Amino acid sequence: MKGDFLIKKAKLVDGRGVHGTADVLIGEGRILSLSGGEAPSVLDASGMILSPGFFDPHAHLREPGQEVKEDLQSGLTAAARGGYTDIVSMPNTTPVVDNPEIVAALKKKAAQIQQARLHPAAALTQGQEGKVLSEAHRLQEAGAVMLTDDGKTNEDAGVLAQGLLYAASWGLVVAVHAEDAGLRRNGVMNEGAVSYRLGLPGNSGYAESARIARDLEVVRYVLDRLAAKAAPDRLLHIQHLSTRRGLELIRQAKHQGLPVTTEVGPHHLTLTEEALNGLNPLYKVAPPLRTQSDVEALIEGLLDGSIDCIGTDHAPHTQDEKELDLLRAPFGIPSLEVCWPLLYTELVEKRGFPLDVLVARFTDGPRRVLGFPPLHLEEGAEASLVLWNPSAQRAVEPQTFASKARFSPWAGWELKGWPVCTWVEGQMVCKAMEGEGIGQSAP
Amino acid sequence: MSESATPSFPKHLLDFRDWNRRQVESLLETAQMMQEVLARPVKKVPALTGFTVATVFFEPSTRTRISFELAARRMSADVVSFSGATSSTTKGETYRDTLRTLDQMGIDAYILRTDAAGVPHQAHRWLHKPVINAGDGWRAHPTQALLDAFTLREKLGSLEGKKIAIVGDILHSRVARSNAELLPMLGATVVACGPATLLPGSLPGATLTTSLREALYEADAVMVLRLQKERMEKGLLPSLPEYIAAYQVNRERLGWAKPQAPLLHPGPMNRDVELEGTLADSAQSLVERQVANGQAVRMAVLYHVLVGKS
Repeated sequence: MKGDFLIKKAKLVDGRGVHGTADVLIGEGRILSLSGGEAPSVLDASGMILSPGFFDPHAHLREPGQEVKEDLQSGLTAAARGGYTDIVSMPNTTPVVDNPEIVAALKKKAAQIQQARLHPAAALTQGQEGKVLSEAHRLQEAGAVMLTDDGKTNEDAGVLAQGLLYAASWGLVVAVHAEDAGLRRNGVMNEGAVSYRLGLPGNSGYAESARIARDLEVVRYVLDRLAAKAAPDRLLHIQHLSTRRGLELIRQAKHQGLPVTTEVGPHHLTLTEEALNGLNPLYKVAPPLRTQSDVEALIEGLLDGSIDCIGTDHAPHTQDEKELDLLRAPFGIPSLEVCWPLLYTELVEKRGFPLDVLVARFTDGPRRVLGFPPLHLEEGAEASLVLWNPSAQRAVEPQTFASKARFSPWAGWELKGWPVCTWVEGQMVCKAMEGEGIGQSAP
Repeated sequence: MSESATPSFPKHLLDFRDWNRRQVESLLETAQMMQEVLARPVKKVPALTGFTVATVFFEPSTRTRISFELAARRMSADVVSFSGATSSTTKGETYRDTLRTLDQMGIDAYILRTDAAGVPHQAHRWLHKPVINAGDGWRAHPTQALLDAFTLREKLGSLEGKKIAIVGDILHSRVARSNAELLPMLGATVVACGPATLLPGSLPGATLTTSLREALYEADAVMVLRLQKERMEKGLLPSLPEYIAAYQVNRERLGWAKPQAPLLHPGPMNRDVELEGTLADSAQSLVERQVANGQAVRMAVLYHVLVGKS
């Protein structure tokens, strides 16, 4: 059999589990064979692991309008370097992604870039103003995969309910930034002992859990309204979960069969409010870094499936913006290029978190949230893949990022698991073989 | 050199995290000497000749700024001032750029005031020069706490075992935070009191209470904080009359404290709001003494940060 690439002796890990080694032949955009073949390009992948391409349900790529922070070229290249083949971009740009023309334009431009694939999320309400619903059907036809007013909170429960009802007709998931604006006020970090001591405005974890509790009731209401029609298997997606209490509410709701999903970001799994002790706005993010107890709960939730997936909430800003003071610096942490090695190292290597479960949370989990079929390493499957190295260790060096946001809370952390090669539909979009330095573009 | 020799000092005063009791006491002794300088007909010494000090106030302030500038001048330092009114919408030059620009002009130490917690720490990272925190947001105002401690010791002698009550808007007060950090270091116990909406969930160094009677009971000294009117607008308090009824320190309530317990206020004062107006002018009040001592304390801080040895 002949193909384009032959990946020899790679260990296969996908959302179903850890498999043996195989010689994977790629061609025509698909996995042609797991038992070798002929190809002009042969990679010796001994000691490396091949997985389905990672899928990020939550990234801020800033285009259009905020290209000084990030654009499609830099963001999608950063994604491919991070092992991602698919990225959902948030619509809180300038202008807001709330009409089909912008969605189509973004899709078109991203396709020309030939790095990770772009799946735009569109605004739930026009201008993300929380008043008039956006055109879900036309947005979906243009390529939108999710509706969200992320960047803002959905203060009007009535508008959210209508939005959920309407989106359900089209099978679109609605994602929410679940924080009660009244409770969080102008908090810039987690409210608690550290914020009290530092004299910084706090944002309590109850701002998140109170909003989740409300939104779960809104979902019950919407399900009642939909009773006569087919109940959706996905309806509400709660973004960037950060609290133990919020997780408890979601876990309980899932046990009761509510069509609710959630994600967690790499920063909420690896950092706590203690990071703010150095008074550095680098660690300012919304929702804020919480406590060790929250971190432990979130890892538990990731393991038992209460948390469906990892969403980076990659939030690039300029260096200057992040060096403003703690009241004025913008919220957000960039993480597309470090997310996989970070969580592989911190969870799998250091805590014994099962590797196949983590892979599932990067692949099948986000796909299910969005209504995409799972992607597994089998003959005939789409060849959107990442090859990564579980043993080579390297420090995080933000100055080498493809992202325009060349700063990181994990700068200097020694990590393993760095992606080596990323393929999208059989095309190699990123290659960083041993000795060539990470992140070289394919020739 | 033995342990009991002159302690070395941190080359900055951001808060008291890097300071110990011996250093603080030594600094207060230096302030005593500065007090003597200020009592002379010619209130000037050459200690800081050749040094240039910048007061950089991103948040408006009159008394603290004048106090620092006079302190520097009385020690023969050159003083330059930068004041930038800031607002959350200002998108002009960043603090970092402003400070780096100033740094090209050969400044030896920075005295910084900002509305955001942590800027002095950031400045310290950016500049590698001595930074003195003249108040950062709700977080710290260390020279205020030092002058409070100096004033209290002047009146009470040692603070060992003394109960100091701090009354008012504790949540938003850098004065309360710095005093809760400093006074226990000198042996005092601190009770911080205010309505629940103006108290943090916890405050290291202080016991928190909503009961004014409990706070003032047998207190050796009472510190009253300014109540900002915006607290009503933000929905943290029902009204001014309500606050006065429940939390104003008046003559009757001051009677719950020890007889002649000294009364402090960091200023500026809202007479007849947080404090019964005539009390501020009474024999118990140390308010004017605080201001006078502030200069001596700031002279001592500048001296230790720039020159370093007693």
